[in-house]
Amino acid sequence: MRYLCLIYDEEKKLAAMSKGESDAFMGEYFAFTEDAKKSGHYVGGNALQPVHTATSVRVRGGKVSTTDGPFAETKEQLGGYYLIEAKDLNDALQVAAKIPSAKLGTVEVRPIQEFN
Amino acid sequence: MDVRAVIDEVYRTESRRVLATLIRLLGDFDRAEEALHDAFAAAIEQWPRDGVPASPRAWLVSAGRFRAIDALRRRARFDASLAALATALEGQTAAPVEWIGEETLGDDRLRLVFTCCHPALQPDAQVALTLREVCGLTTEEIAHAFLTAPRTVAQRIVRAKAKIRDARIPYQVPDRRELPDRLDAVLRVVYLVFNEGYSASSGASLTRHDLSGEAIRLGRLLLELLPEAEVAGLLALMLLQESRRAARSADGEVVLLTAQNRTLWDRGLIAEGVRLVERALGSGPPGPYAVQAAIAAVHAEAPAADRTDWAQIVGLYDVLLRADASPVVELNRAAAVAMRDGPAAGLALIDSILARGDLHDYQFAHSARADCCRRLGLVDEARAAYTRALELARQEPERRFLQRRLEELASL
Repeated sequence: MRYLCLIYDEEKKLAAMSKGESDAFMGEYFAFTEDAKKSGHYVGGNALQPVHTATSVRVRGGKVSTTDGPFAETKEQLGGYYLIEAKDLNDALQVAAKIPSAKLGTVEVRPIQEFN
Repeated sequence: MDVRAVIDEVYRTESRRVLATLIRLLGDFDRAEEALHDAFAAAIEQWPRDGVPASPRAWLVSAGRFRAIDALRRRARFDASLAALATALEGQTAAPVEWIGEETLGDDRLRLVFTCCHPALQPDAQVALTLREVCGLTTEEIAHAFLTAPRTVAQRIVRAKAKIRDARIPYQVPDRRELPDRLDAVLRVVYLVFNEGYSASSGASLTRHDLSGEAIRLGRLLLELLPEAEVAGLLALMLLQESRRAARSADGEVVLLTAQNRTLWDRGLIAEGVRLVERALGSGPPGPYAVQAAIAAVHAEAPAADRTDWAQIVGLYDVLLRADASPVVELNRAAAVAMRDGPAAGLALIDSILARGDLHDYQFAHSARADCCRRLGLVDEARAAYTRALELARQEPERRFLQRRLEELASL
């Protein structure tokens, strides 16, 4: 079964990191991705640009409205994701707990809806 | 005994075990509940005619499984995916003895407990699901015990089952590495159920009392299935607290531990609790439940309140703080120090805890402070602290207790 791990970080915290801290954090991500590939959990994943680049689009009555910013303003922002293949929720949670941001922010684990 | 009475008895003693196994075999809570219902319906029809089977449990598991597969086949006419599922379920044709042996059965009940108390479920839902599925309480009984609407409880259970199914929470006992954390979650649910029944001392107390009994039954079941030190510790703690039930109130009024009539304490429960404490403390570093049980045991073994071994209790609180540091534990330790070294020493500790602000709105911090002030003859300060505690108190008997203390102060 596939699960999407949505990674929420406080951009302010990440921005406040020194060069050394930031490099070490990225290093942890590379190592995590390698491990997840080796264990067969990894399906895909990407980091996102900061939330100031976000644009939200809505179509109401055929009219497109475009607004600057994310869908919801929150303390922690969606900063990336992994798509993983896991045996069950316990397996997925164990993988998610190893995502480096789990120590700083929050990782939300959502099962993928399968349509037959 | 007529057959109908036998079936009722089998339902009472076996239905939860049969359900636990059916959930594993059928891979779904709702399907298993339906199968359990069908199995008993079949028993009512067949046992009077054919006689009660040698192993009712095996018969029920087998009948439930067969009927569930049959139902899937019938529904498969409308949904082709169910046919594949029915075939897959039928494929697991183990010999009956194999899937209902005592050991497997114990495993199934543990699987059920750990699944109901899975941390990915809402805490309220963990409690409701455990009482419903493991203990067999009805939704109405759970709602009544927790003073909630049956609809709310039903919704919690439905949502929890949907999450177990859709997010695929596995039906399994966690492995050694995960076990300590997961067991903590289970014990938390059991103790929460116990306290819900224990703290209610008036009004709906009769049904809520049953919750304590239910929690103790759960504790016994867990200890039988998973003989870990903390399970023994929690069961000991519950038994020792339960042993004081009859003495905890008189004419609907709260009676504090030190003022209780100790002849009303249940010696049988105390003896069992003390044995379990010794067992829990005998293996490795003690966990928080075992230490709390040890504290309760020291109280239980004191022949009179003024012969309590307060030094030992303070020492145990020190151990507890190392295992499970919290402001409430610190407060309890301070109250024990007030008994060992006198109210001035206790008051100093309580004031330093209150100054940190954590327990600013905690009723018992203010009543403990009031008690020290009263013993020191600081009437005005005692009055202010009892008044603050009274503002925070929610339960009627506790409010009346605090009011009585205030009246006693006025007559000083």
